Amino acid sequence: MHSGGIPWLSLLLLIPLAGAVVMYFVTESTARWIALAATLADLFVALPLWWLFDPQTSQMQFTEHVAWIAAPPIYYSLGLDGISLPLVLMTAGIMPLCVLASWTAITTRVHSFMAMLLIMETAMVGVFVALDFVLFYVFWEAMLIPMYLLIGVWGGPNRLYAAIKFFLYTLAGSVLLLVAIFALYFYGGHTFDILALSQGTYPASLQMWLFLAFFAAFAVKVPMFPFHTWLPDAHVEAPTAGSVILASILLKMGTYGFLRFSLPMLPDASRSFTPMMVALSIVAIIYGAYMALAQVDLKKLIAYSSVSHMGFVTLGLFVLNQQGIEGAVLQMVNHGITTGALFLCVGMIYERTHSRLIADNVGLASPMPQYATLLVIFALSSLGLPGTNSFVGEFLVLVGTFLWSKVATAFASLGIILAAAYILWMIQRVVFGVPAPHHLPKLKDLNQRELATLVPLALLVFWIGLFPNPLVSRMHQSVNSMIASMSRTKIAPTAQPSAGEAAPLLADSTEPLKTEEPSR
Amino acid sequence: MSLYGADLLALLPELIVVVTACLVIALDPITPASRRDLLAWLSLGALALCLGLTMGQIGTLNIRVSAFSDLVVVDAYARFWKVLLYGVTGLTIVLSLPYLKAERIHLGEYYGFILLALSGMMVMVSSADLLTIYLGTELMSLSLYVMTGLNRSKPRSLEAAAKYFVLGAFSSGILLYGISLLYGMAGSTKLASIAAAIGTRGADDPLLLIATILVAVGFGFKLAAVPFHMWTPDVYQGAPTSVTAFMAVAAKAASFAAFMRVFVEGLGGLKADWSLLFLLVALVTLILGNVVAIVQTNIKRMLAYSSIAHAGYALIGFVAAGRAVGASGGTPGLASVMIYLALYAFMTLGAFAVIGMLRKGGIEGEEIEDFTGLAKRQPLAAFFMLVFMASLAGIPPTAGFIGKFYVFMAAVESGLAWLAAIALIFAAVSAYYYMRVVMVMYMREPDPSAVAPRLVTSPALSFVLACAVAGVILFGLFPNSLVSFALQSVLTLK
Repeated sequence: MHSGGIPWLSLLLLIPLAGAVVMYFVTESTARWIALAATLADLFVALPLWWLFDPQTSQMQFTEHVAWIAAPPIYYSLGLDGISLPLVLMTAGIMPLCVLASWTAITTRVHSFMAMLLIMETAMVGVFVALDFVLFYVFWEAMLIPMYLLIGVWGGPNRLYAAIKFFLYTLAGSVLLLVAIFALYFYGGHTFDILALSQGTYPASLQMWLFLAFFAAFAVKVPMFPFHTWLPDAHVEAPTAGSVILASILLKMGTYGFLRFSLPMLPDASRSFTPMMVALSIVAIIYGAYMALAQVDLKKLIAYSSVSHMGFVTLGLFVLNQQGIEGAVLQMVNHGITTGALFLCVGMIYERTHSRLIADNVGLASPMPQYATLLVIFALSSLGLPGTNSFVGEFLVLVGTFLWSKVATAFASLGIILAAAYILWMIQRVVFGVPAPHHLPKLKDLNQRELATLVPLALLVFWIGLFPNPLVSRMHQSVNSMIASMSRTKIAPTAQPSAGEAAPLLADSTEPLKTEEPSR
Repeated sequence: MSLYGADLLALLPELIVVVTACLVIALDPITPASRRDLLAWLSLGALALCLGLTMGQIGTLNIRVSAFSDLVVVDAYARFWKVLLYGVTGLTIVLSLPYLKAERIHLGEYYGFILLALSGMMVMVSSADLLTIYLGTELMSLSLYVMTGLNRSKPRSLEAAAKYFVLGAFSSGILLYGISLLYGMAGSTKLASIAAAIGTRGADDPLLLIATILVAVGFGFKLAAVPFHMWTPDVYQGAPTSVTAFMAVAAKAASFAAFMRVFVEGLGGLKADWSLLFLLVALVTLILGNVVAIVQTNIKRMLAYSSIAHAGYALIGFVAAGRAVGASGGTPGLASVMIYLALYAFMTLGAFAVIGMLRKGGIEGEEIEDFTGLAKRQPLAAFFMLVFMASLAGIPPTAGFIGKFYVFMAAVESGLAWLAAIALIFAAVSAYYYMRVVMVMYMREPDPSAVAPRLVTSPALSFVLACAVAGVILFGLFPNSLVSFALQSVLTLK
């Protein structure tokens, strides 16, 4: 049933959970080591998948399929394709860094904190590998409580408000998803199997309703423009590890949901809603960037930049062509790496000066050269400098958008210009200002643990920036087959594939794009 | 004896419970206060015997045994509820041991009354005649009135008992009036005869509609559905907590069981009418319950409103059954109500067990504020409460999610997706007040000057909490056995 007889994906889910259970029986100092060991073990289970993964097929790989509930038929069904593989690897890679980042920052109730991180890891990996819609929903909702506690127990001064806001927003969004899942079950041949449901055909009006229900769940998670208000609060109040998890992984679940469910299951509705989705994405890009310009709090600045960057991801998804979608998936990973790293950087400076305000953290270049270098690398990656990872992703997204509409591309590019403005302005103040004298003794450069946290991410920034091909080639087949299945209408009465009106959107200029940027 | 031998055999579990109840009450005066535990153990022994008997009958799932010329029916549907009621009663008795002692009201007759209430519930779930159902309801209610007022030194307990009695008697009167109209129409109180009479008279007979409404109102009081919910908060708050738990779980389950049998077997011909009526009732019940629960500061009152809301969710499953189309009929809807109430039992019993034994200096800490900082002092207790609250809010992977899953799936299947959407949005609203309990436990620092309430642990309490948490988590992860049990049992309801 699964390749090589090893249930890779179940291992990925079970190792952190086992770690969380062990947490109850150990002392505080060992709790940190157990958490690190569990997350690293998970990473070492995840890494072989990179090489074992067969990029030549769009089929689900490493599948596991066990009956879970008999009536209605629900399966413990797992699998990876080219879209979920990078996200799973990213999750497994980020989590050890979260543990490292919390090593000294978390001093109260360390066991519980680490246990929550590990439960989060299980739930997040579960979301990306679940092939049964109910199983997906269980993982999707299961992370609410641990995240609520992460923000609410270990967060900043206004944590209670931020925690409940996060909880209620995401819960209210996702309850409608459950109704949509039931509707799909009854229309899609009495199955919760995601792949089977993606093959089904649904009446046009039902597709509209389902799209809106999916939208409620996923748009809150991304978050897309009118539903983003929980994000700055949650980011600012969460402890560093919580912010990193939120930015790097949680937000991706929303875009992953669009990609895994909305597009393949409801292609007709997706096509009709494209103008709205593109418009909301562009608003998010510009609005997020504009808000970021005005922030004095580093975490808030990065939070709003997240809104802007995730706008690029949804933009890429909903222009519905290969460049756009591949760029979006790539950008999901890139944003995870870059923004995660930026939050880690903010966490490190907060541990030293106990302030996240830009005004309190100026002129770090001379007292903390290593820190400043890494911060600049991640900041430049965030604004999409060629040679860094984000450039590749944003470029692909913009190419995809260009094929859809030139006007939209022009507006979206505005976001990149604004990003350059807020990032460079932030860098100018934080790195190159004159440090306050009373802060100087606190500004010690990075220790080895902190270097170990940031350097791997910096390497990834350049690796994806210079050699995106290994990553892109792995998602190629999956994206292609998704686009192929989308290109036919799925409106129920006319079940025959009729590629007619969708074709212009999907102008297939496939290959040449990947060869343009590695010149740097 | 030989004349009624077979009939009495069918009623054996009920007889055992009644005899044990009388025995407990008779033995109480001659039992020294220090050995009253024995009466509880005696009651538990009787329950174990009944559980064995009923479980033994489960092998013959689809056989429907009628006794006393169809006054009583023992079918799979009845057995499902009986097993649930034994479990709930058993856990309540175990919980009562430490609770009653802490409250200094460890009276022997308590166990007698709880068994009498149980026997009333058992009659309710396995009778096919309106009068038998009425008798069962009264036996249950009268015992509960007494148990509510058990804490004689507390004015609030007495007030609750008086309120409960007046409103309960009033609702019984309405129920009885409805029954008498149905009798006038059908010439019999048997559910089958009523169904037959509806078949011949047609569904739009005004007499029939009035009778249906009166019966619905009568049951509405027992289910605590809006607008007949007024008694619930006061009674739940005033009654001793173990009694509250018993009322919230067992009385609600038994009332639902009888209610569903009456409306499916007896008044099934009026489906179109009553499903619309209960649709509205379900909607206002869950909206009002959830919204009013938000502003409560007393956790027992909050859970009272939450129990109203949960009755609303369960009613949605029933409405889905009434409006079901297609081959499966109402089976998924009815089964979803059974699953819902069975799972609701675990989380509610667990929550009330924590509330009852969270005490500051001998007094029960029943304000939400009393939970402040519990996670720091007693992490395990706080974690248990977290599990119960998450389950009540319906967050996976807990049992509460599974319960909602089946109810809303049935609703969507019956074309009530809009109702499911509204109900689920209010489930998200309910998360606010459940999570507030988690918030005060985990995220607030306790006031160092005040006496910190502690969960007074005892083996009995640990046992109850372990059962409840195990039920919530295991049924949340592996609901298969319960679901198939409910799906099979519901088939005998016709």
